[in-house]
Amino acid sequence: MTRKQRRLVLIGASLGVLAIAAALVLSALRDSILFFNSPTDVVEKHLAPGTRMRVGGLVKPGSVERGDNLLVRFAVTDGKTDIAVHYRGIVPDLFREGQGVVAEGKLEPSGMLAADTVLAKHDERYMPREVVDALKKSGRWQEGEAKSAGSAAK
Amino acid sequence: MIPELGHYALVLALTLGLIQAIAPIIGARAHDASLMQLASSTAVVQFAFVGLAFLALVVCYVTSDFSVATVYENSHSMMPLIYKITSVWGNHEGSMLLWVLILSLFGALVGGFGKNLPSALKARVLAVQSWIACSFYLFILFTSNPFLRLAQAPFEGRDLNPILQDIGLAIHPPLLYLGYVGFSITFSFAIAALIEGRIDAAWARWVRPWTLAAWMFLTVGIAMGSYWAYYELGWGGFWFWDPVENASLMPWLVGTALLHSAVVMEKRNALKIWTLLLAILAFSLSLIGTFLVRSGVLTSVHTFANDPARGVFILAILVLFIGGGLTLFAWRAPMLKQGGLFAPISREGALVFNNLFLTTACLTVFVGTLYPLTLEAVTGEKISVGAPFFNLTFVPLFIPLLFAMPFGPLMAWKRGDILGVAQRLITVLGLGMIVMAVTFVSEAGRSVMAPFGIGLATFVMVGAFIDIVERIGLFRLSFSVSRQRAVGLPRSVWGTALAHFGIAVTFLGVVGASTWASELIVALKPTQTISLSGYELVFDGLVQRFGPNYREAAAKFTVSEAGVPVGVMEPSKRTFTTRATTTTEAALMTRGLSQLYLSLGDVNDDGSVSVRLYRKPMVLLIWLGAVVMALGGALSLSDRRLRIGAPKPAAKRVAQPAE
Repeated sequence: MTRKQRRLVLIGASLGVLAIAAALVLSALRDSILFFNSPTDVVEKHLAPGTRMRVGGLVKPGSVERGDNLLVRFAVTDGKTDIAVHYRGIVPDLFREGQGVVAEGKLEPSGMLAADTVLAKHDERYMPREVVDALKKSGRWQEGEAKSAGSAAK
Repeated sequence: MIPELGHYALVLALTLGLIQAIAPIIGARAHDASLMQLASSTAVVQFAFVGLAFLALVVCYVTSDFSVATVYENSHSMMPLIYKITSVWGNHEGSMLLWVLILSLFGALVGGFGKNLPSALKARVLAVQSWIACSFYLFILFTSNPFLRLAQAPFEGRDLNPILQDIGLAIHPPLLYLGYVGFSITFSFAIAALIEGRIDAAWARWVRPWTLAAWMFLTVGIAMGSYWAYYELGWGGFWFWDPVENASLMPWLVGTALLHSAVVMEKRNALKIWTLLLAILAFSLSLIGTFLVRSGVLTSVHTFANDPARGVFILAILVLFIGGGLTLFAWRAPMLKQGGLFAPISREGALVFNNLFLTTACLTVFVGTLYPLTLEAVTGEKISVGAPFFNLTFVPLFIPLLFAMPFGPLMAWKRGDILGVAQRLITVLGLGMIVMAVTFVSEAGRSVMAPFGIGLATFVMVGAFIDIVERIGLFRLSFSVSRQRAVGLPRSVWGTALAHFGIAVTFLGVVGASTWASELIVALKPTQTISLSGYELVFDGLVQRFGPNYREAAAKFTVSEAGVPVGVMEPSKRTFTTRATTTTEAALMTRGLSQLYLSLGDVNDDGSVSVRLYRKPMVLLIWLGAVVMALGGALSLSDRRLRIGAPKPAAKRVAQPAE
């Protein structure tokens, strides 16, 4: 084989692998990504039941109810709209009323979210950015809070 | 006084760094030996000054000097000494100081030990290294000064984030940084070669030990981080495909590719331009990782701060070095001389295959990590890309790579014979098939993934040693002859086999732990029993205990297997008073290579608790595999032919024209 032919084989192989990777990435992006919504988004976008998504906001004070068999019901709020969530399992340590939370699961026809994952923040000083944005969007985020969050980090 | 001393030492390091950034380059141009040699001394002294600064910060933490802002924010007088020390890098400012400490350490190592390097190359490498160092000194001094004082010293600190008060934090960041930052040296070598406009096989010989060292630390560092997340976050998962984890995986993938392409360059003088590109990319990805983790664009346990000024500063460093590096590459690379020829089916070809799959796999991780950020910046839409994405993209690309691994080392250089190699591997291939069939039958067809994965892992694990078995004539010659030959083999051959074996071990652990894991989530009262996969756990009740800076509620469980008691597990909830935070401490019980994992959920007033119990078969293999990989790297590194400063033989070989 000449140098040129060898190079063609190399380039061909590279392009082949890249094409396979691109196909994998595109199909995976279609099927396996999750959209993040604030409670208001969920209502306004008229999302179809059965859609998997993440909903973020604050755990509405007074909304947490514990049932049998580790069932937890609570509402996620952005101050404007609430979304009821039910979850079976153990909630994270920093899951508390009035604190930021992200719930991941399927939307039920009743408008409730059947969550299979509940995420809270890692650090009590730190608010998940998604939650901050959701609160900002609904106008419930005071700049004072932003400042204290910022200065706490310094 | 001590913090000011540290601050001053850092400023001095910057001053030296600026000299080192300019003088050697001029020296190399003007062939001025004294200007070039200057770099070696400044590199060593620079490290001494950064070391002094770091030491000063450690002293501030150990003596709980709360007049220093970062100490106040991140430490507590009641914390155990070990955590006082690890708090130094458990926050943004301190971790950046650790970063430059390691950066200057690598510079000093080149300066002190790189005696066999041509003086012009060495001068340029150290200059480039100093450009990187200076930009990070400036970053620290202007935006993240760890020595800032508070006007009024508080009496008590605010404590370290409890989740970071763990021995894992003592080891994971320094190891990871040694890896991340270690690639700065290969970057500096690449940039120096591009400035010089000359690159040859000797270059690869000098760069490989550094790459190998960085790669080893990165491997162990990533494994450590994974183990920490496994036992500290209470989810029982070992890899979350979290952007922060991906940020460390990407340099590892490209670094691994670099390790292999540098072999081709060293042995065959081919793939020169590609190797240079990988050297630039490996460090670029480390920088991107730093940016993602440190700028606050991502939400994670690693995000300590959310200060836009820092993000912009790191972004500027990023653009400067990655943009500058790639531009220089695009401009100078075409002028470099072409390398040797090889047939597609050959050892070189196999290594190209390796590189192709590793870089493509890295690309999919890159897309998965950065796509959500880009999408949000462009459309405002927020998405999350999680494990399903990577299972569908990264895994299919990694499987062929694993399968090809035993073939590579058996191929001849220049022109190989794939059928011949397949014949030599036929026994191992058969063995893999048998293991696959046996697993399939014993599984009763429940899962297809497990038999396939275990068969593949067996093939790779045994196949990794075929090269050695043949070379020492094991089973063919007498044992003593084989042993003699085994000792006589270059250590890098053993290193390769061990590293390949290690990755298969990790793979085996991943397959076992993810397909055979069983899990149970229940609420139970004292004296109640739960059972899972042959284990019985009796809940004996709750115990209240006090630690140095926390109180803890521990649930005591007596564990028995088939009626025989095997031990006690005590998962607990710790409440840290200073931060009013609770952490979950999972209890682990190791049974062979498997683990029982018990994590405590809600603790109720009536004494009942909710728990999450997992059985993770073969889970320890995941991290043991990484340790084996790193050992392989260490063995290779100890190979005389590779050692830094290996005196005459290396120099002689270098002097020969390659081919």
